[in-house]
Amino acid sequence: MEIPKSFLGYKRENGRAGTRNHVIILPVDDISNACAEAVANNIKGTIALPHSYGRLQFGADLELHFRTMIGTGSNPNVAAVIVIGIEPKWTKRIVDGIAKTGKPVEGFHIERTGDIGTVMKASKKAQEFVMWASEKQREECPISDLWISVKCGESDTTSGLASNPTVGNLMDKLEPLGVHLCFGETSELTGAEKVCATRGATKEASDKFMKTWSAYNDFILKEATDDLSESQPTAGNIAGGLTTIEEKAFGNFQKIGDCKFIDVLEPAEEPKKGKGLYFMDTSSAAAECVTLQAAAGFNIHLFPTGQGNIVGNPIEPVVKLTANPLTVKSMGEHIDCDVSKILSREMNLSEAGDKLIETTLRVANGRLTCAEALGHKEFVMTKLYRSA
Amino acid sequence: MATDIIIHDKKDNVGVVVIEKITPKQDCKCWIMEDDSSTDIQSMDEIPLGHKIAMTDLKEGDTILKYGHDIGKVVKSIKKGEHVHVHNVKTKKW
Repeated sequence: MEIPKSFLGYKRENGRAGTRNHVIILPVDDISNACAEAVANNIKGTIALPHSYGRLQFGADLELHFRTMIGTGSNPNVAAVIVIGIEPKWTKRIVDGIAKTGKPVEGFHIERTGDIGTVMKASKKAQEFVMWASEKQREECPISDLWISVKCGESDTTSGLASNPTVGNLMDKLEPLGVHLCFGETSELTGAEKVCATRGATKEASDKFMKTWSAYNDFILKEATDDLSESQPTAGNIAGGLTTIEEKAFGNFQKIGDCKFIDVLEPAEEPKKGKGLYFMDTSSAAAECVTLQAAAGFNIHLFPTGQGNIVGNPIEPVVKLTANPLTVKSMGEHIDCDVSKILSREMNLSEAGDKLIETTLRVANGRLTCAEALGHKEFVMTKLYRSA
Repeated sequence: MATDIIIHDKKDNVGVVVIEKITPKQDCKCWIMEDDSSTDIQSMDEIPLGHKIAMTDLKEGDTILKYGHDIGKVVKSIKKGEHVHVHNVKTKKW
């Protein structure tokens, strides 16, 4: 298949391109959710991103909170942002961070005004933003403007057999075209960590990966009542035919094909080394992982599933694929790309990769994902430790 | 072209059953995904969907290769065509 060299995206002020054109109402903290949701209810075409945190956090956990907030607002799938927080200082910090992209952003704080006054002021600005954004047109953008993140979920044997290798095939074909790529799931690589480390493009990247993985493993050993031997693979994995944690990890690892990662990112950290594959230190929980990847600037997500994970994200479209024919049959409304014909050898891996590229480009051009049509907007902040 | 078993990598010494189950003495068609080639094997055991079959004789201490990688060690000798799972293979990690 000849891979198209372009897609239709929204060009942003900072040179990035979006696959979506959202106007978001971003609460700085948990207690500002009500205000943000009221504004989104008032002004059609905007979306609020409620979440559970943002008060009395400190240290690395607070930095991650700000990075996730600023990164989400800065994502090229977002045209303009209203930020609402309880107090002015943290609100301003997020507004200033997003403003560096050049996109319209305005902050409101609730102290000394109350919810009702804040909702009124923020709604007026949100209306202005959404009407401005509604005139933006899709334009031809080079395929290298795609930043593709991947993560799998509700995996079963069909994931390692077929849907993860399909994503790997797509990576092998799109990496030479200058696309940014990102995989994560630190915990799920346990068992394949040494081989994963050898896939660093430089010694620096490999060492950084081992350091990141070891820090995670130390945390597990410190917090867990036992090691992972009782829980990985799970009883369900074993019933499905997976024998060892290594086998599970290598199944997951198929998603990166033969690509090498050029750098290791902190959670929600924007890649700075140009085109290519990045590893991000993330949880393996679906919504947390996708939220962090979206906050790092990735504008389309590929999600292979076995038993049928249903996750979505408010700003980054999540494309689901599966090779499990039963999942296609029983929950087809969640599956954007069916590669189940691999199992019957009616489709080879390269054909499956081509089909996924075609689906990815259709979604990049504006076709709704199943998760978008079904209203999945899971926005889940990663928290590193308890608040003060 | 239907297949009964998928083998990921040419180096692999196990394949994965992709039909509902295979039965003892069944002549199975295998597809090696890496280079899109074919091979055959006769099964010794009943093996369900998603489970592994030994493509060669394996003795205690041997390494199981899947995806071209080490996924564990043989703890009880396995004959070509037998079921490979938690009863005869263990992780090297713990």
